[in-house]
Amino acid sequence: MNIIGKKYWYFLFSLIIIIPGIFSLLFYGLNLSVEFTGGSNLTFGFPKQVSSKEIKQISTIFTQNKIKIQNISMSGNQVFIKSGPVDQKQDLIITQAVKNSLGNFQQQSYETIGPTIGGETLRNAIYALIVASFLIVLYITWSFRSVPKPTSSLRFGVCAIIALIHDILVLLGLFSIFGHFLGVEMDSLFVTAALTVIGFSVHDTIVVFDRIRENLKRVGGENFSEVVNNSILQTLDRSLNTSLTVVLVLVAMLLFGGDSIRWFVVALLIGVISGTYSSVFNASPLLVVWQDLIQKRKK
Amino acid sequence: MKKTPRHLLWLIIGLTILAIFINLPKISNIHFANKTFNFDPNSIFSTLKINKVLTFREGLDLKGGTSLVLQANMKNISSAQKTAALNSAKTIIENRVNLFGVSEPLVQTSVANNNDYRIIVEIPGLTDVNQIRNLIGTTAQLTFWEEVASSSATSPAMINANGVRLKQTNLTGSDISQTNVSFSQNNGKPEVQLVFTSAGAKKFAEITQRLVGKRLAIVLDNQIIEAPTVNQAILGGNAVIEGGFTTDTATQLSTELNAGALPVPLSILSSSIIEPTLGSTSLVKSLLAGALGFIIIVIFMTVLYGRLGVIASVALTLYTLFVLGLFKLSSITPYGITLTLSGIAGFILSIGMAVDANILIFERMKEELRQGKPRAVAIELGFSRAWTSIRDSNISTLITSFVLYMFGTGMVKGFALVLAIGVLISMFSAIVVTRTFLRLIYK
Repeated sequence: MNIIGKKYWYFLFSLIIIIPGIFSLLFYGLNLSVEFTGGSNLTFGFPKQVSSKEIKQISTIFTQNKIKIQNISMSGNQVFIKSGPVDQKQDLIITQAVKNSLGNFQQQSYETIGPTIGGETLRNAIYALIVASFLIVLYITWSFRSVPKPTSSLRFGVCAIIALIHDILVLLGLFSIFGHFLGVEMDSLFVTAALTVIGFSVHDTIVVFDRIRENLKRVGGENFSEVVNNSILQTLDRSLNTSLTVVLVLVAMLLFGGDSIRWFVVALLIGVISGTYSSVFNASPLLVVWQDLIQKRKK
Repeated sequence: MKKTPRHLLWLIIGLTILAIFINLPKISNIHFANKTFNFDPNSIFSTLKINKVLTFREGLDLKGGTSLVLQANMKNISSAQKTAALNSAKTIIENRVNLFGVSEPLVQTSVANNNDYRIIVEIPGLTDVNQIRNLIGTTAQLTFWEEVASSSATSPAMINANGVRLKQTNLTGSDISQTNVSFSQNNGKPEVQLVFTSAGAKKFAEITQRLVGKRLAIVLDNQIIEAPTVNQAILGGNAVIEGGFTTDTATQLSTELNAGALPVPLSILSSSIIEPTLGSTSLVKSLLAGALGFIIIVIFMTVLYGRLGVIASVALTLYTLFVLGLFKLSSITPYGITLTLSGIAGFILSIGMAVDANILIFERMKEELRQGKPRAVAIELGFSRAWTSIRDSNISTLITSFVLYMFGTGMVKGFALVLAIGVLISMFSAIVVTRTFLRLIYK
């Protein structure tokens, strides 16, 4: 099997998945939960079913208090409101006003997150990602220092991170599309899933790279693309078996786990599949592309 | 590495028995062969007279509850006293939270961006919006109450534990400029020192003059924290409370007094009522899914690798026991690991990596066997050749988890910690446990 020979087809396949996601990210953005944007989630429980007229009255009360409602929905006797930040004083005023116009009700939940906190969580996660990527490049460059010329160990580190960025883009893009069309919110669970995918992606790529390193040491770097192709084939069984194990477990969780973790499991599934794909079909072929470019320049 | 595997085997067996013991839940009233058995892993602590309990600590997202981030307004506090004021405010919140009587509330302080003083509160189980408001509704009030004749009908009045009637004085927390813990010059015992402002010193002198031989109660948030007897009138504006303190109790009192002296207004930066994500019904579901996932791994590995797969499954079972045992064991140390949903995700990822380590080794062994090498050589080569990839991939995962732990906030930190522990133990499981089993079987 010649994977390297068809490398541009595999890159194309990645682009077909990523480009719609990038467009979705640009046009629709991400459907962030209040945990990140700052804002409030309120749940009101009424003694009987709420009419759409009453929903309108509730919205008016929020607008009068200069609070922007992002989303208001109802289910049975409950009304769910997602809005800009409502502080405690405003909450008291609003609940009183709703009581006055609609009669008695229970405020069942009050969740408010200041924009500072929300921003911090996201910012810290992004900083961590950048620092971790940098350190991983350093580590791989050091650990692969023995690869023979004409290749260089720095390229291994950089290609591993490119594969990582590929996986994050696939995940973010698809969730941006899900967010827009299915209303899936990106919450703290999603961040956890993304972190898991990062761990898996680098792990997977390094296993293939390790084989390339070993083979290069044995036969030298003369016929680089052949060495890479052989290494991919030699580790293919392992790559498929490992991700199949994880995928099977995740499918079990998807089918039998509760509703609350459904999208979390979906995010993990996407990430694991993308991580395996990118380590086999992107990261290693990229090493060859890089090598070819440098040789062409020399000629 | 040509040591006899026997020592390692004993080590593994010992660790396994320990892990099973730690992981066992409390069992009571099991009837077997006409006898009743009771078992509780915690009984060993009570026998040893250690007041600790082994348990899995569940985070708010598993248990449900209320989480609050409070912002301390430090505008009126001098920069030298900010940390003391924050700690005092924390003590106040702790006292109020304890009034709810929930188990394992968490109150922490944090300083963000060098200048944002915060208190993080997590109250498991409590989901009443109004109770949360009361929690921070008022700034701490420190007042002083004097003993009055039990017959006099003054109000407002309060009666302390010894039946002494008390009347509020005009001395309050704002009259205290500072409190410290110091050590008595007479006997070296810890005592709490109060320094009053000049107005406070005047009031305090008046009160102590009329109270010699009687009690002066110190009241914080309507609760008497100390009611020392006044030995003599104190005119200098410096008072010392001696009361048979230990250093800890003296520090505690000083912190509580500071809370009244340095009142810090608190506001809610974020508050959320967390529905238990895995609420009781869906927790069962998720456990079932987890067990199913485990069975799938066992079947898959056995189908793919035959006898090797069985060995890997045993190693994986031990791996799970070790990790869970460590989580439970950590609850008796100051560094307890709290299980949250993100931590569980980290755990699942580390199981994946543990499986992967086994697959890497087995695939490599298969390859060496295909090249016609004898089995014993193939086993050793499988391990030594797979080791570099296991090492490098796991070290990069450790790097990631280290960075996430440094930068991350609560949830991300939990994920990183569990992942790092899982990766370390999975390396042990693949390299030591699986290898020892293989060597024994193919000897």
